[in-house]
Amino acid sequence: MRTARRLACALTLTAAALACHPAGADELNALIWCDHADPALLQPFEEAHGVRVNVKEYEGTGAGLAIVEQSRPGDWDVMVIDSIDVRRGVERGLFAPLPEDRLPLADLFPEVRFDEHTTVAGKRYAITEKFGYNTVGFNRTKVDPAELRSLKALLEPKYRGRLAIYDYYLPVMGMAALAVGKRTSELSADDLPAIRDVLLGMKANARLVGEVAASQTALATGEVDILVGGGEWVTAGLARENPALDFVIPDEGAVLWSQSLAMFADSPRPELALEFIRYVMSPEGQARLATSSCYWGMPANRQAALTDEEKRILRFAEQPAFLARAQPYPAPDEALDRQMQDVWTEMLQAR
Amino acid sequence: MSRLVPWLTVGPAVLWTLLFFILPLVLMAWTSLQPLQGDGPGLGNYVAFFTNPSYWRALVNSLEVTALVTVLAVLLAYPFAWVLAEQVPERWQRLALVLAILPFWTSYLVRSYSWLLVLAEQGVVNGALVGAGLLSEPLRLANTRAATVIGFVHFFVMLLTLTIFASLKQLSPSYRKAAADLGAGPLRTFVYIVLPLTLPGIMVGAFLTFVLAIGDYVTPQILGGNTELLMPQLIMLQIGRRGDFPLASALSLILMLVVTVAYLGCARWLRLERV
Repeated sequence: MRTARRLACALTLTAAALACHPAGADELNALIWCDHADPALLQPFEEAHGVRVNVKEYEGTGAGLAIVEQSRPGDWDVMVIDSIDVRRGVERGLFAPLPEDRLPLADLFPEVRFDEHTTVAGKRYAITEKFGYNTVGFNRTKVDPAELRSLKALLEPKYRGRLAIYDYYLPVMGMAALAVGKRTSELSADDLPAIRDVLLGMKANARLVGEVAASQTALATGEVDILVGGGEWVTAGLARENPALDFVIPDEGAVLWSQSLAMFADSPRPELALEFIRYVMSPEGQARLATSSCYWGMPANRQAALTDEEKRILRFAEQPAFLARAQPYPAPDEALDRQMQDVWTEMLQAR
Repeated sequence: MSRLVPWLTVGPAVLWTLLFFILPLVLMAWTSLQPLQGDGPGLGNYVAFFTNPSYWRALVNSLEVTALVTVLAVLLAYPFAWVLAEQVPERWQRLALVLAILPFWTSYLVRSYSWLLVLAEQGVVNGALVGAGLLSEPLRLANTRAATVIGFVHFFVMLLTLTIFASLKQLSPSYRKAAADLGAGPLRTFVYIVLPLTLPGIMVGAFLTFVLAIGDYVTPQILGGNTELLMPQLIMLQIGRRGDFPLASALSLILMLVVTVAYLGCARWLRLERV
């Protein structure tokens, strides 16, 4: 009995200690995408501030928000999130306003500020940190880029079995919309039948529909010659080992993806969280994030301290032209989102 | 006090089951009745499943793949278990079993990716077939349903081997001697004596294979190339971006219902104490 009482006592004390344990002042907890897990990005910040950055990777805003909802208030300090989904976090009361005067907003490519997504009621809740294009990635030794000038080329029978499709419905459906002459910002349910037809045509030529690693591997190993939805995020990181991998922006345009960094409203270390955001947005932080080992992408900050070689690989000089032809990520409301996902599901199930 | 003893004994197990099985199940059922946005509880998510052909196609795909995997795994595991139990000397059986389950020791994820490399266009299988002149063009193996089935079968053959081996070892040699005394040949003895008596081991292994395979997300996602959706993939699709946990819960409960029906279908053979 005494042993049982001791055990109960010990358990109670342990539980109390766990419940009351304050979040470490020398730690920062970040809910991130895989590119932020690169030690080359995190270590300089950790050393400069004498803190440890704890990261948890997630994929998909729904999954990320579920992690936050299952956490205790104050568990997280910063979050990387799809720019188009920043409002979802703001509506749930998750994010704190950011002081614009302490952020390098003026240095951002104007086209990727996305104030319509990252600000609410005049307050800034996130800042775009990285962007790129969902377009057509390909192997230059297998495919002539001139053949890919039009997105409709992806439906041609000669590409049967040579395509991989990036497994994310919003950008790829955005590309399908571009192929039929629709603007991604104006999509409605009426556009879905035409988009569906394009998707089914692509699926007929596809060998696989893969997430980041699978589609990248398929292109890199020669399993496929073309990646629908690919872009610099697939080819740039592999450019040194496989310079044949490239991307093209077809005449119809490409879909512009972007990710943002936000600070949690209940962060117990708001100043440190803001410092982290400022670090990631600094020229050095931007260069490290842009060339992260997980995937490369364009830094949102034009002053990013990239080398000439890195700029060449990212096609930095061509960005104004690319941005002029790119269209934003589709940002559907709840009803259209579900319909779009259902069309995507139909495409995945098509034989 | 003596009346309390049984309750105190089973109490922790009951509490555990209530907290970690019944309560989550009830919560999941309740969640499945909620819409993602808007009105109150209803059967909308279940209606969506039965009215959307792409959704129930996922269930059909899952059942087809799982049934094929289960049958193939049984057909491969039984002879293997029989050789282990009957042909390998007693002192080597333990080592042989360890070797048989060695692949269990590697990460499931690593094993799946390894299969992808083996089955790829420039992988070991195609390399050997093309190199030997048996094929002019490599076969399309990776990113297909066949790849999913191969990955599953490789994994579950080991599991089935264990359950069938245990059944075979429990079989008294007297049965076979008696059958031989009565004039039965090896084949008749196997068909009428050994097979029926090892059926519980087969069924337990087959049921576990069915349950584990139908709920698995990793193998079809990696090896199947997402060229068709199975139920776990459809469930994950709802969660990924949209965070549609109500629909994901409804789909999960439908999957659980299928598993329950499978259990009821083979319950009379699932006598775990025999394994």
